[in-house]
Amino acid sequence: MLLYVLRRIVFGAFVLIGTSIITFAIAFLVPADPAVAMAGAKADPQTLAMIRSQLGLDQPVYVQYARYLGRAVEGDLGRSYIRRESVTRLILERFPATLILAVSAMALALILAIPMGMLSAAYRERAPDNLLLVLSLALISVPVFWLGTLLLIAAALSLRSFPLGGYSGWKSLLLPALTLAFGLAGYYARILHTNLIEAMEQEYVRTARGKGLSRRRAMLKHAMANAILPLVTLAGLDLAGLLSGVVLTETVFDWPGIGRLAFDAIFNLDIPLIMGTVLFAAFLIVVANLAVDLLYAWLDPRIQLSGRG
Amino acid sequence: MELAGAVMVVSLALIAVFAPMIAPHDPGRAVANTFGDPGAPSHDFPMGTDQLGRDILSRIIFGAQVSLTVGVSAMLVTIVIGVTIGLLSGFFGGAIDFVLMRFTDIMLTLPALLLAMALVSVLRPSLISILMVIGLVSWTGVARVVRAETLSMAQRDFVLAARALGAPPRRLIVRHVFPNVMPIIVVMAVLGTSGTLLLDAGLSFLGLGVPPPTPSWGRMIEEATTYFRTAPWLAVFPGIAIFYAVLGFNLLGYGYLRRRGRESVSAPGKA
Repeated sequence: MLLYVLRRIVFGAFVLIGTSIITFAIAFLVPADPAVAMAGAKADPQTLAMIRSQLGLDQPVYVQYARYLGRAVEGDLGRSYIRRESVTRLILERFPATLILAVSAMALALILAIPMGMLSAAYRERAPDNLLLVLSLALISVPVFWLGTLLLIAAALSLRSFPLGGYSGWKSLLLPALTLAFGLAGYYARILHTNLIEAMEQEYVRTARGKGLSRRRAMLKHAMANAILPLVTLAGLDLAGLLSGVVLTETVFDWPGIGRLAFDAIFNLDIPLIMGTVLFAAFLIVVANLAVDLLYAWLDPRIQLSGRG
Repeated sequence: MELAGAVMVVSLALIAVFAPMIAPHDPGRAVANTFGDPGAPSHDFPMGTDQLGRDILSRIIFGAQVSLTVGVSAMLVTIVIGVTIGLLSGFFGGAIDFVLMRFTDIMLTLPALLLAMALVSVLRPSLISILMVIGLVSWTGVARVVRAETLSMAQRDFVLAARALGAPPRRLIVRHVFPNVMPIIVVMAVLGTSGTLLLDAGLSFLGLGVPPPTPSWGRMIEEATTYFRTAPWLAVFPGIAIFYAVLGFNLLGYGYLRRRGRESVSAPGKA
């Protein structure tokens, strides 16, 4: 077990190093000169040279990368060129807003998806199933930013007391959370449906049915237990994805989260901030992956024997 | 379901191809005299006009050209990269598989939309840069599915027989494995197009789409947000167009899978 845990951690670290190389390479491709960005276009050559040596930009690429990596390991992602603040602090400041939005959206998505998936599996290949299938495909196909805009329009036209964007109390949370939840719900409903149908055909469920259990009880008591686990895993991984910023939804609702931060950073070509937000996203996903793997290994002893996950 | 999807996709393709003949007005010209305000839908302009007096319906019709071009070409990029990596990885296994799959893991960890935004802004938005970037960030799902499919094919009797007869790897891949992986590749391509269309629309909405004056559905919605109190129709119609296109490809792909009794392939992520 310990060996397995260690291996997963080494693997996660390896993936993070890979992502950091890719983000660093992209940052290196940026044609803009960071020194000019900081000092302004009219700065004299001496000032520019000074800034470059302060930032270490006069060093070879691999030295720059090694320094960056060394600091990143200690949690220091550099300073924003535009905002002149620590990137780590900027990200942590914005994190609570994204956390609230992501967790509520995920909860809403599961609340919608679980009954949808169960209903469509119960009425397999009959009218309710077909209807729900088309509904979930529709939910998957709606562009989030359009759905958000429509909800904003609806709120603006009908409910005058509703806040139209911004970050103030549960009312401002409802619309962006719903926007995000719909697409996810469509997707999860499909997955749960597939898992349930597979589980219903397993021997243990057939045995339970053979012993006289009704279809409904067999599904609720036996099939669900196995069908819901992969869904929870997926939701966990997706949650990590959402936590790293939901650019489109945060943009529509002017939500002060990490997605907005990343968006602004990209528009200002604020390289340390771009790299910081991308690496932070990768870090969350690696941690979520690790957590899910370990949870599985703990729940299901067979995984340790098969080794590689 | 499959049929409905096919009808939607074909109708969209026809609209894109024959846009100059179908569109009632020139999409780039001010045709209504509304003095800087969006015009409401009317007999002459069924979907209204935008703040520059351009006809929304015509812009949506011409927007189909750009969206489909970007969506389909980006999908082809994802297929080329994903199939190559998946086939090589699944067929050769060992060190090649290890290196390619760890690379895929790294790409999976990077958030697609953020990465696409960063790359497009670095490369400057243009038709080519956008479709390349969307392709570059969306191939991981294809690679994984093709790899899994190749792995199972490589163990089948007919491939083992050909190998025993001394067929070289190139021939085994091209003549025996690839044709049998083809059906799943086609499905991934259809479903992938719905993903690339959404990503393109999202990038346009964020101002990182094909630059103006080319009409683009995503940017039309972004421009409409300024007028969402006074002229909500500006945002409604381009969104319906995106929804129609994405749903068409999804119905086609999932409809086929359902008929074949194979429900899930990894769906494109949403952010």
